[in-house]
Amino acid sequence: MNVPWAADDEPQTQPVVMNDDVVRVRQFARGLSQRCKLSLVDQTKFITAASELARNTLVYGGGGSCTAGLVRGRGRLGVAAVFEDFGPGIPDIELAMTDGWTSGGGLGLGLSGARRLVDEFALDTEAGRGTKVTVIKWAR
Amino acid sequence: MSERVPVLRIGDVLLVSIQVDLDDQTVLNLQEDLAQQIVDQGARGVVIDITAVEIVDSFVGRMLATIAAISRMLDAETVVVGMRPAVAITLVELGLSLGGVRTALNLEKGLALLRRSGRSERT
Ligand SMILES: Nc1ncnc2c1ncn2[C@@H]1O[C@H](COP(=O)(O)OP(=O)(O)OP(=O)(O)O)[C@@H](O)[C@H]1O
Ligand SMILES: [Mg+2]
Repeated sequence: MNVPWAADDEPQTQPVVMNDDVVRVRQFARGLSQRCKLSLVDQTKFITAASELARNTLVYGGGGSCTAGLVRGRGRLGVAAVFEDFGPGIPDIELAMTDGWTSGGGLGLGLSGARRLVDEFALDTEAGRGTKVTVIKWAR
Repeated sequence: MSERVPVLRIGDVLLVSIQVDLDDQTVLNLQEDLAQQIVDQGARGVVIDITAVEIVDSFVGRMLATIAAISRMLDAETVVVGMRPAVAITLVELGLSLGGVRTALNLEKGLALLRRSGRSERT
């Protein structure tokens, strides 16, 4: 996905390598979604999706980064977050996106749930290369 | 840094009020602390107040369900109180309906629920 970052607002990248970083990603996502004036429910959805994806980056990707910022498209403002790692990748995307499927001890709801919580969702992954998940939520 | 969430006792009920954004390790610590304290204090009820909690993701959701299951096994009942509407909407869309978790709108109603089910005498 080509992320339409807002020209006047640089996206910021932060590391996702420890538990605390997941908390920081949530806080950053909260600040952004307030700045772009998402409704309270949409803020909650976006932050929750970011939390799920940050944890996946940490737990399965072996750590990585989160780049997040405001986006602009068709006259609307939105918020985007890109989670990237250079871990093992996801061999079977369809399986990983299935509700309830986990290779670890999770609930298997992170990826599939995050997709439902946002407006745009893209998963780029290659076994042995890493994983990149991009999410966008538009203000209404 | 993971910290510990304080667990208060009111009569035979343990009360946990989550006030800060918890990292995953702190969530796991809380789960263990509660199990231990249910036994140590002979608690019959557990109230988890999430009034201040802005998001519940799958990890925290699972913790709530696990605490409910553990406490049931230790002869106590768990009630989650104060869930924000936006959190409830998000949880359902995420796919987590927390079926096995009893909830009440606020602390007062949660304590009343435990009283009614005979879980607490003095509170
Ligand atoms: N960044 C990643 N790198 C490698 N594998 C991943 C990554 N993200 C997800 N996966 C794989 O996809 C599966 C499904 O992820 P999902 O987040 O839906 O569930 P989960 O993390 O296992 O459980 P939950 O998020 O519900 O606690 C994971 O179990 C894991 O195998
Ligand atoms: Mg996950």
